[in-house]
Amino acid sequence: MGEAIAFYTISAFILLFAVLVVSTRDTVHSVLFLVLDFLFVAALYVLLGAEFLAAIQVLVYAGGIVVLYLFVVMLVNLKRPPEAHQDPHRRTKVGFGLSAAVLVELAAIVAYGYAGPAPTPPAAAALPVTGNTEQVGWLLYTSYLIPFEIASMLLLVAMIGAIVLAKREL
Amino acid sequence: MIDSFVIPVLKIAIVLNATLVAVTYMVLLERKVIAWAQSRLGPMRVGPYGILQPVADAVKLMIKEDITPSRADKWVFTAAPIIAMVPALIIYAVIPFGPEVSLFGRQVTLYITDINVGLLYVVSVASVGVYGIILAGYSSNSKYPLLASLRASAQLISYEVAVTLTLVSVILMAGSLSMVSIVRAQEMSHVWFGFVQPIAFVIFFVGGLAETNRSPFDLPEAEQELTGGFHTEYSGMRFALFFLAEYANMIVVSSVATTLFLGGWLRPFPNVAALGFLDIVPSWTWFLIKSFVFLYVFIWVRATLPRYRYDQLMRIGWKLLIPLAIANLVVTGIVKVILAS
Amino acid sequence: MITPAHYMILSAALFIIGVIGVMVRRNIIIIFMSIELILNAVNINLVAFSNQLQHVVGQVFAVFVIAVAAAEAAVGLGIILAFYRNKETVNIDEMNLLRW
Repeated sequence: MGEAIAFYTISAFILLFAVLVVSTRDTVHSVLFLVLDFLFVAALYVLLGAEFLAAIQVLVYAGGIVVLYLFVVMLVNLKRPPEAHQDPHRRTKVGFGLSAAVLVELAAIVAYGYAGPAPTPPAAAALPVTGNTEQVGWLLYTSYLIPFEIASMLLLVAMIGAIVLAKREL
Repeated sequence: MIDSFVIPVLKIAIVLNATLVAVTYMVLLERKVIAWAQSRLGPMRVGPYGILQPVADAVKLMIKEDITPSRADKWVFTAAPIIAMVPALIIYAVIPFGPEVSLFGRQVTLYITDINVGLLYVVSVASVGVYGIILAGYSSNSKYPLLASLRASAQLISYEVAVTLTLVSVILMAGSLSMVSIVRAQEMSHVWFGFVQPIAFVIFFVGGLAETNRSPFDLPEAEQELTGGFHTEYSGMRFALFFLAEYANMIVVSSVATTLFLGGWLRPFPNVAALGFLDIVPSWTWFLIKSFVFLYVFIWVRATLPRYRYDQLMRIGWKLLIPLAIANLVVTGIVKVILAS
Repeated sequence: MITPAHYMILSAALFIIGVIGVMVRRNIIIIFMSIELILNAVNINLVAFSNQLQHVVGQVFAVFVIAVAAAEAAVGLGIILAFYRNKETVNIDEMNLLRW
């Protein structure tokens, strides 16, 4: 019962802040709502027993990526707001229509998936370590070592690319 | 019911109150120590030897007029000091002041909680603390605070990388992320990690100086630069909240350094039986003594060293501390593998 | 009882909000933030099923998603800054230099 209350409260806040992110006129407020959204998603991860991922979500997403967004928002702080509510380029109806189409597709997938018999999940081999962080670490360094190394190469390339793109003169 | 609700709430109340009192008296301690370093006496008028000076400061700041700039972003302007203060306070949830003791007939652990990603929690909460500074400068709607806040936050996120890398070396030594396990690991291996990982210790301390915007890295908030930094437009209690947040951050960095590098609540030489008479001192007193030593060194460094220029500061962070921390991590890993085989 | 279906509905709703943000808003930074919302929706789904099947591979995948999101945010914001320096705008309707 407590889990249900926690889930409904946290998901209500997540959806509320997500709606505020996409609908606020002021960009800085939008970024702040995004931070709050990420913190509530981290709380949801704790509810799901993924505490390592929750800490990583706060550390990387809320404490790193969104700080980057905030810096860029402050650096491109324009005097005139970049878009008006009556902007003819804003294809609001088309946007909502396409989103409704995506929603129908997702609902169809869920309904189709729950219509048939539930497939038996393959028996997961027990990992030799216990504890959430230890298990994630074990998988990252044994079964998924190559994606791990590729992800670190990706981050290195992204770092170099971002520096080169944002420098004033090379 | 009592064990799962009343006792943690009591612990939280005690820790928060103690922190807030400690933070107000840190102001007095800093003024006194810097004064003694400069061959003068510091505040002496209010109360015997100036003991009541923080009370006078608090009353003064609370009765000052609370000014908000006219075109400032009101919500963000009000929220920024709160965002600066809260992360410093909630890190106390995982700092262990002592092991399990028996108080009034029940076993009580001298820490609020022990989550098994404790150290990661500390680092992630500290990285959220950057927002207070960014938002304070931005919401003031004024040039100098904006520049100063961008500088301060760039400094903070740069030194965060070096500090996190040193923490990974400590995690390698202890084999666990939980703060209590790290202290127990130091107890098991009969040596404080500060002696086994001196480079990590020094990098953590220097990074802690930079993370809390303390001298010699306090360019973003010095009065001689950028007219007071990111808290220029703040007055009264909100200004006080920024300063209290800085001192609270200092105490948190000292507590974390004590836990990770100086053995937490362990007495010196915990395995030497001949020094058993040191057990008279309770465990949390050892913790407070060690944290206090750190705080004293923080203030001592402020009284002694001149300020770094901003480009020198960033150069030290990126080109000196991060390579050193990575090298330390690699060497620690190699030594652990060699010793394990 | 909170079943994974609840988490899937939450994830779908967050995904839809992100898609609406991408399609309706014209400010490119808001569009990037909506993309982050979409990635978070995917992560919630992954972690919910990792919890149900009691195997942490879902969380490992979520870690990779976070790493890729970080890389994409860094490069994307670098591009926005470079563009802003040239054309003084962040409205994507004015980012049409390659149009015929």
